[in-house]
Amino acid sequence: MENTNNIEKTDKKDETSTHKIGIYLWIWTLLFVLSFFSYMVDWYQFQGMLRWSLILFFMFLKAGLIMAFFMHLFWERYALVNVLLWPMTAIACFIFLMAAEFQYTLFSRLFYFVVGGGA
Amino acid sequence: MSEPKIDGFELKPGFKGMASDTASDQTMFKGVHWGKAMMWIFLLSDTFVFSCFLISYMKGRGSTPVEWPNPSEVFALEAFGVPVPLLLIALMTFVLITSSGTMAIAVKYGYEKNRKMCGWLLLATALGGLTFVGMQAYEWSKLIHEGVRPWENPFGAAQFGSFFFMITGFHGFHVSIGVIFLFIYTYKVFAGHYEKGKKGWFTKLKGDYVEIEILGLYWHFVDLVWVFIFAFFYLW
Repeated sequence: MENTNNIEKTDKKDETSTHKIGIYLWIWTLLFVLSFFSYMVDWYQFQGMLRWSLILFFMFLKAGLIMAFFMHLFWERYALVNVLLWPMTAIACFIFLMAAEFQYTLFSRLFYFVVGGGA
Repeated sequence: MSEPKIDGFELKPGFKGMASDTASDQTMFKGVHWGKAMMWIFLLSDTFVFSCFLISYMKGRGSTPVEWPNPSEVFALEAFGVPVPLLLIALMTFVLITSSGTMAIAVKYGYEKNRKMCGWLLLATALGGLTFVGMQAYEWSKLIHEGVRPWENPFGAAQFGSFFFMITGFHGFHVSIGVIFLFIYTYKVFAGHYEKGKKGWFTKLKGDYVEIEILGLYWHFVDLVWVFIFAFFYLW
């Protein structure tokens, strides 16, 4: 009994090999810098496509860094990573559908505000 | 965490590994604590909830012909007599990222069985979360004073208030729950529950520092959601 306990303990030590603190500090700094940049997008009042693409770029970069390193997905096995990431395509489809929907709603609102509703 | 070893079973890397893990007639997530797998599944479902909120916000904002309130004016804050756009929101973002960083390092020290460092960093994380909730309470009361309601507001499209209160409120609720659990786990770590082998949550099995990683996943998720809210609600 004692023997097996010892084996379990040594196994556990192997499992819990940790990453160097430097990687966390790097990611932390990067997140600060990226947040600062995305705040600057508003500060300098960039407009139009430039604004939107910069916002999305910094957002995905930040989200990716948090998920990959703070949430350890970079080090996880593909079985877990894929179970978590593929459902996001469903969300992408939903965004696409609703984007089409709001354009239609906006169009019909404007159209009937001008033309007038009813018979 | 990174490279699990299982006797009599070869763990292949990459997509081949994914196929053999999934078809192994065993646990599918090799080397992943059940609590961690469950937390991930919960976070996945929570992702869908927040996505639905943000998508409904997109639909609402996109389909109204009335002009949407300009967030960088609505959320401006006076500093030294000058209105600074999004000042409070920027501070909230930095506070939350700071607490996310301390959490990540707390997880690392937890796995190294460094009880003291893990505890102090958890406490710092909890205080960061508390600061965030406090700032959000200030933001809400300021906007309510200015006449923002779920059904009307003085700045523009009436839908603004309902989306604002629902999305930031649901996120703030997540932060609050996280803060409560962070304080509980700070206590558990300082009291040495994992060294003594006290039982964990929802189980008769002994608790372990993996619980700190599970808590960390939740906390990083809260930060992750804020990244999207910051981008879509405050900056867009």
